[in-house]
Amino acid sequence: MNSQNIVRRSATSAATPAPQIRDHQMEVAKLIDVSICIGCKACQTACNEWNDLRGEVQENVGVYDNPRDLSPDSWTLMRFTEHEDESGKLEWLIRKDGCMHCEDPGCLKACPIPGAIVQYANGVVDFQSDLCVGCGYCVAGCPFDVPRISKVDNKAYKCTLCSDRLAVGQAPACAKTCPTGAIAFGSKAEMQDLAATRVAELNERGFDNAGLYDPAGVGGTHVMYVLQHADDPERYAGLPKDPKISAAVSGWKDVLKPAAAVAGAVAVAGMVAHYIGVGPNDVDEGDHPEGDAENAETQPRQAAE
Amino acid sequence: MNRKKDQILRTKFPERLCHWMIVLCFFLAATSGISWFLPTFAWLSGLLGTPQMARILHPFLGIAVFVGLCYMFVKFVKYNLPARTDAIWFRNIRGVLLNNHEQPLRIGKYNAGQKLLFWAIMASIIVLLVSGLIMWRAYFSEYFTIPVIRLAILVHSVAGIGLILLILGHIYLAIWVRGSVSGMVTGYVSKAWARQHHDRWADELDAKEAAPGRGKP
Repeated sequence: MNSQNIVRRSATSAATPAPQIRDHQMEVAKLIDVSICIGCKACQTACNEWNDLRGEVQENVGVYDNPRDLSPDSWTLMRFTEHEDESGKLEWLIRKDGCMHCEDPGCLKACPIPGAIVQYANGVVDFQSDLCVGCGYCVAGCPFDVPRISKVDNKAYKCTLCSDRLAVGQAPACAKTCPTGAIAFGSKAEMQDLAATRVAELNERGFDNAGLYDPAGVGGTHVMYVLQHADDPERYAGLPKDPKISAAVSGWKDVLKPAAAVAGAVAVAGMVAHYIGVGPNDVDEGDHPEGDAENAETQPRQAAE
Repeated sequence: MNRKKDQILRTKFPERLCHWMIVLCFFLAATSGISWFLPTFAWLSGLLGTPQMARILHPFLGIAVFVGLCYMFVKFVKYNLPARTDAIWFRNIRGVLLNNHEQPLRIGKYNAGQKLLFWAIMASIIVLLVSGLIMWRAYFSEYFTIPVIRLAILVHSVAGIGLILLILGHIYLAIWVRGSVSGMVTGYVSKAWARQHHDRWADELDAKEAAPGRGKP
């Protein structure tokens, strides 16, 4: 696979697109089977090791979530949910949170800096942190609340899907290390097949609502979940049921931006036309010989109107 | 200062200084803002050095504009309150735009359009300040939820575009009405200029001159 083929660039107009010519790109995906995750956090550690991240040691606050939230130096983490159903049966739902690598990424749409966020042909959405200015628009654009801005360098960070490993034919560090096989990695089609098998198994075991989480609202994702309760993804630490790019972000990028460009152009054109048509608004100074000359020049024009 | 006899002081030095400080800060804030709003103009952020530097400076420049406008508000609000005679200007807007100076419009220190501009600028700077603080990632964004920040970005863009368009018009009218720019640079305008563009204000100045110490400003 050619992992480094950029097909979409932030703040780049359709008139100047990213390279599009290579057309046989395999889309990749990471499949996280929540039903067989044991919450060992080996994936968190592998992520930190491979990406050289050393987060600050935090305090235990009485839950297994540690660190408590995604951060510039924690690109993935386990979210533990204790869910009790109507019959009082407890379920311990463990979800590996991190960037979903949307097909239609809200972060990329919102980013104002050309090329600071890119999407590769294989589906990976990557931040080019050297170009990032730390405006935080990606945070506002993301429907999954994933990017985090560093207080150290004011740049945004998130999971890269180990794009550097993918480029040399390796699986992401989290998938490579997962001891139960809860994280699988391969082509998106393969992962969808694998998910179908696992969903069928879960159905047999009595999980009637088991299913694949690959939300259509963002064009599908390149990180997918097998959920025991796909009908209610929010049960898994607030995984959005129908994530899509916010109307505020679309309104700002798809409506306001072109409207403002047109308004600006029309305003400037109107001013030029007005000046050419009406001429400067001079004052008749009376005692200024050059003023008289100017007035003599403008007089016939006024008369004509 | 050696001023010609037919010249009158329209804008005092501190007010002129404040105006041009705002011009500089607004120019830099607006160009960097446009560089993010319309990425085709991404190069405009280069006016502040690098894109990163532009992102750092943009909010501070905005606050400088706000502070400058606070001073302007205190100094000019009394001339920008609506007056009965503003209706005359609105009724003759066509003549105004077509350079037709036939009938007196009873314009005070500022005409009705300038008053509208004054209030529109003041309103948009408040909106820009509040939304800008909410979306200011380095200091304040962490205290707001993502939907609020999204809305702040949208509102900031709308107000920013609106203000830029208003200021474009302001610049154009200043260039179109000869004597305005030099008036704002030197502070002085000719008596003929005052009479043509601000007849009621000119009358008031004459009255003041006739009865020193008793006339209204």
